[in-house]
Amino acid sequence: MDKLKRKKPVDLILFLLTWLGIIITVSVLIFVVGYVVINGLPFIRPSLFAREFTTENQSLFPALVGTLMIVGLSLILAVPLGVFSAIYLVEYAKRGSRFVKIVRLTTETLAGIPSIVYGLFGFIFFGVFLGWGLSLMSGAFTTSIMILPLIMRTTEESLKSVPDTYREGSFGLGAGRLRTVARIVLPAATPGILAGVILAIGRIVGETAAIIFTLGNVARMPNNLFDTGRTLSAHMYALANEGTHPGEAHATAAVLLIVVLLINALSSWIARSITKDRG
Amino acid sequence: MGKRSLRLLNREYAAKILFIISASAAIIAVGLICVFLFLQGLPAMWDMGIIRFLTGTDWRPTWDPPRFGILPMIVGSLYVTAGAILFGVPIGIFAAVFMAKFCPRPIYVILKPAINLLAGIPSVVYGYFGMVVLVPFVRENFGGNGNSIFTASILLGMMILPTIITISENAIRAIPPEIYEGAIALGASHERATFKVVLPAAKSGVMASVILGIGRAVGETMAVRMVAGNQAILRMPHEFLSGARTLTANVVIELGYAYGEHRAALIATGVVLFVFVMIINALFSILKKKESA
Repeated sequence: MDKLKRKKPVDLILFLLTWLGIIITVSVLIFVVGYVVINGLPFIRPSLFAREFTTENQSLFPALVGTLMIVGLSLILAVPLGVFSAIYLVEYAKRGSRFVKIVRLTTETLAGIPSIVYGLFGFIFFGVFLGWGLSLMSGAFTTSIMILPLIMRTTEESLKSVPDTYREGSFGLGAGRLRTVARIVLPAATPGILAGVILAIGRIVGETAAIIFTLGNVARMPNNLFDTGRTLSAHMYALANEGTHPGEAHATAAVLLIVVLLINALSSWIARSITKDRG
Repeated sequence: MGKRSLRLLNREYAAKILFIISASAAIIAVGLICVFLFLQGLPAMWDMGIIRFLTGTDWRPTWDPPRFGILPMIVGSLYVTAGAILFGVPIGIFAAVFMAKFCPRPIYVILKPAINLLAGIPSVVYGYFGMVVLVPFVRENFGGNGNSIFTASILLGMMILPTIITISENAIRAIPPEIYEGAIALGASHERATFKVVLPAAKSGVMASVILGIGRAVGETMAVRMVAGNQAILRMPHEFLSGARTLTANVVIELGYAYGEHRAALIATGVVLFVFVMIINALFSILKKKESA
């Protein structure tokens, strides 16, 4: 307290303003998360997870299954592409080559495109041009483009953090470039790549605008790759818009928020544990 | 060369080709996105008359003949973005200064993950929170029906906080300690050294965070659509308690049932949005380069 009194008035005001800034920020977090979770928990009942969605019982189960399908398919497409291109950029490409520059520029561009533009593109390209309509395929391809930059960036960072002595050791023992990458560098970089993949899962689960025009927003489980469905976020959006089932809307918001926050926390926990290991 | 080493060499070569093809995926994706959006959006804009499309104040897809003017939506996007900056930037920059220069270590290890959590909340959850909390709050305390430019601005201001805090904090931390120490040695207080010397030195990084925040706000769809009221009417700044429609909301509301010319007009709306966001992102990377140089 003495320290505060000794400050000049201007300094004191600035000091208090920085505190105010962080207090407002933390209050926003506590208020949003607290409100959604506390209001949602009482409505989370077993019927919310019933197999079938009906007008009386707005089960989120089909949406949950749809979410898992979209996440799975999207990762199958985006993880190999993202990891391979990061390997090329870090382990093979010459620094500053023209190709690398273009790849970086386009990756940054992808990262900056708003999700509604992805939705629009997915709708006119996968849905209309390729004729896939509203389907798992359209949805998964669209979201896989969305998460590609994220996976590329996190993989690149974790490849770069593998010490060069690992590579030199491997080359010194006579291994080729491919063997060095596959057997030495990739295993060492796996936790970092995993953290990025999990973050990408969180991004897909939280996505709405790109989903409703590609996967669609029909409350049922997709039967095949070209069938429509919905994800948890799309389900949330529909419930909020219709406004006829406030209880289910509260509960779904809480479930969605908890799932996404857990996924993100898991990702940063893995990322943190790597930096600790490396000292 | 033996047969075995030749086979190994082949495998090396095949792997390299595979990696190069994968690296091209981002280029192909951006190419496809540009080609399909522009190919379908630009001719439609041309037919409607680019000037008429951009400056028309009537959006009447059901009229005969229909009218497609997106000025109300361009202005709507500008309003909510400006509002978000008004709310989010001062709070965000002060919070970033706190994180970089004022925060005691034990609090920092709690706050850092908390800010990351804030960044992870899905926009549809923000939108839902806005619908059930902010809209009634604004209706009761400020008037109007609550679905307004003002409400959307507050919500977007909340949503861009983590972007502004994280990037500004990194920019402030990147300033060499000698600069701060020099100011202290000349007798400046901690606050004075931070706000008069370190923060100005981190100017381009802080600006970059604001620009990225603007990009987020312009492109945000679900949350805005759920609280902004969405009337496609040209509003004046003093009507901030009335509803307005943004470019993003225009697409998300009508794309589901639009056909023919109407759909083309929505794709053209997307093109305008895309161009806006690309300009903003280009500004961001220019500032980012300036910072690292």
